[in-house]
Amino acid sequence: MEKFKSVQDLENLRKKLKDALASSKEKITVRLCGGTGCRASGSPDVHDELVKILKREGLMDVDVSLTHECLESTNKVDIKMTGCQGFCAQGPLMSIAPMGVFYVGVKPEDMEEVVEKTIKKGEIIERLLYHDPASGKTYVKRDENPFYAKQTRVVLKDCGTVDPASIYDYLAEDGYSALVKVLTSMDRKEVIDEVIKSGLRGRGGAGFPTGEKWLGGYKNPSPKKYIICNGDEGDPGAFMDRSVMEGDPHKVIEGMMIGAYAIGCDEGYIYVRAEYPLAVQMLKKAIKDCEELGLLGDNILGTNFSFKLHVREGAGAFVCGESTALTYSIEGKRGMPRVRPPRTNEKGLWDMPTVLNNVETFASIPTILSKGGDWFASIGTANSTGTKTFALTGKVNRTGLVEVPMGLTLRELIFDIGGGILNNKKFKAVQMGGPSGGCIPESQLDLAIDFDSLKKAGAIMGSGGAVVVDEDTCMVDFAKFFLNFIVEESCGKCIPCREGNKRMLEILQRITEGKGKEEDIELLENLGKMIIDCSLCGLGKTAPNPVLSTIKHFRNEYEAHILDKKCPANACTALASYKIDPEKCIGCGKCAKNCPVGAISGEKKKPHVIDQEKCIRCGTCMEVCPKDAIYRG
Amino acid sequence: MCECCKGSKDPKFVKVDKFLSQFEGEKGSLISILQQTQREFGYLPEDVIYYIARKIQIPASTIYGVATFYAQFHLKPRGKYVIRVCLGTACHVSGANKILAEFEKQLGIKPGETTEDLKFTLETVGCLGACGLAPTIMVNEKTYGKMTPEKVNEVLQKYNEMETVAAAQ
Repeated sequence: MEKFKSVQDLENLRKKLKDALASSKEKITVRLCGGTGCRASGSPDVHDELVKILKREGLMDVDVSLTHECLESTNKVDIKMTGCQGFCAQGPLMSIAPMGVFYVGVKPEDMEEVVEKTIKKGEIIERLLYHDPASGKTYVKRDENPFYAKQTRVVLKDCGTVDPASIYDYLAEDGYSALVKVLTSMDRKEVIDEVIKSGLRGRGGAGFPTGEKWLGGYKNPSPKKYIICNGDEGDPGAFMDRSVMEGDPHKVIEGMMIGAYAIGCDEGYIYVRAEYPLAVQMLKKAIKDCEELGLLGDNILGTNFSFKLHVREGAGAFVCGESTALTYSIEGKRGMPRVRPPRTNEKGLWDMPTVLNNVETFASIPTILSKGGDWFASIGTANSTGTKTFALTGKVNRTGLVEVPMGLTLRELIFDIGGGILNNKKFKAVQMGGPSGGCIPESQLDLAIDFDSLKKAGAIMGSGGAVVVDEDTCMVDFAKFFLNFIVEESCGKCIPCREGNKRMLEILQRITEGKGKEEDIELLENLGKMIIDCSLCGLGKTAPNPVLSTIKHFRNEYEAHILDKKCPANACTALASYKIDPEKCIGCGKCAKNCPVGAISGEKKKPHVIDQEKCIRCGTCMEVCPKDAIYRG
Repeated sequence: MCECCKGSKDPKFVKVDKFLSQFEGEKGSLISILQQTQREFGYLPEDVIYYIARKIQIPASTIYGVATFYAQFHLKPRGKYVIRVCLGTACHVSGANKILAEFEKQLGIKPGETTEDLKFTLETVGCLGACGLAPTIMVNEKTYGKMTPEKVNEVLQKYNEMETVAAAQ
């Protein structure tokens, strides 16, 4: 393939690709989810089996779909391994166009039937459709499914549709047309004005207005500037950025190129977590394809704009999500934050002005430039425009990746899209924003999700993790979990974060072991406030949030641990008491034999009992009981 | 003959020389170099750190500082199969601790340790980003979702069998 020397070259190829698509409208396209979730559930095996059968049946000549070489392919059926289609827990997912059938949980052994019935005859295989446990209904098409019905997909528009490994596929879906528009008809300031008009706020967590950040970069007269995409995403419980990088890498690259043009910079970095090997692979492939076609490099599409892009793999440090730490890490140093000011946009990578945005922020840019800032601002709420992706996980019926307009209520997110709580349990809280966020209780379920309202409720948008917990989760233990994470990830540079969080963790540990003191709650609150006030960077400044928000909304659980020495959720091992159900016990004596302290007694073939005084709550009896007669209560 | 020149005769250092040349002229490549070193040797051997320090003219103490800061780097040999148990939020509420306890029990090692036969290393990780399938684990680059304590044995057996097959060949 030759390099594009002008915009016309690119548009010529795009026309060819679109014509090829139009002329093969009858062609059947199978989209198999190749996101990490579905890969883990076995989608590569499903892919190989399907290819084998299609070739045997003479329905397929070449493996891949729309690559330049096989524009004229004689395939009757194309298979695309797409990025994350969102409905992870039901994977592997498969949608078949043009019928629009949506199958879930497909296995290699289902493929014969899929080819025979659905692909050859257009028949629907009932058992592969999604049966919704919440409503009891079965859904044939993807968009009728309640998980998808309430979503508005802007960032994820092509994620799950295009083949992330094919630049041609992205071009056929009007990819890089926003870049073309920017390079041919807008000056740098106009691009920034459009982003300001859109009201887009940074999706990395704090919600700083993107246009203003870019304006700062634009105004800086430095001859050398950098643009960085933060793909570190260390929040436990969040995987939006991963899905976008894996499933639609070109959209991120296009967004970065538009940003680079606007601020006047010619070099950029994408910083990706080491735990995301597939994202690294997809981004590297996308960059290579762009370089080969002349979409990256010198004088892109024959214009004066030149841009070089590198991928840097992180090496496992949560604190590297912080902008100053991230730039140090790219420089090959320990990723420790420094005091600001100067801010990164004045003195960043190699002391040059650096504009740093999150993956989702960049991925929103191409659509904003194509459809206009006003269009984006018309979605969402006045102060939080557009859409937001969430990783909806935990104890909900339908988990996965969703994108909704800002302003949707938490109840709609959890109950309408998520299908409510698993196993008909009771909703307890939703944890928003990872370790920097907080827990929101049932009384605030009708809260509209936007940057400001979440902050008011004691949580934050963060990168968009939404972990739902039910009545079985102990909130003190949950807060301890986040703090434990923070203590391990603190870089140790400043004392409030390094020592303060450790002390808080010790107090929580004590409380969950039933050794809490009455003054502990106040001590936690004071310590938390001090850490927030005195820490150097965002990690420390937000670390106490999970503790403070659980104290605020679930104070009674803390009190139950401290005063009554009880864990209301029965989750804290040290406070649990083990009991034997006399109805189920067959008197086999296994528990008594295995009890390390001889706390269990009883006659053979008669119900046994546990002496609560002697019991050390190790749980061995529950593990060995053949009849599940022992429970925690 | 100086230490450097002697070193480069060692096949180990020849390997290092080979990939070091790829990073020539690239700014701030230390972390990438260490990642490549770890890909080659499975960990960061002490003599290789000293060798790299001389080659790229960065004090060995600085390299050591970087290597100990990031969770990804290891200064001791690791197992052929690295099992990473996710303790992320979604996995935590879905019982990740039980999965970890089962691995500890079956392998007889604690997180961060390697079995004596250098077959398995057990680690924990903050989040694998496959929360929809919680609880999850990763063995080398393969992710396993919806884990249960019963499945732990299945996974270990699979890798043990692969080893037996490899040994037979």
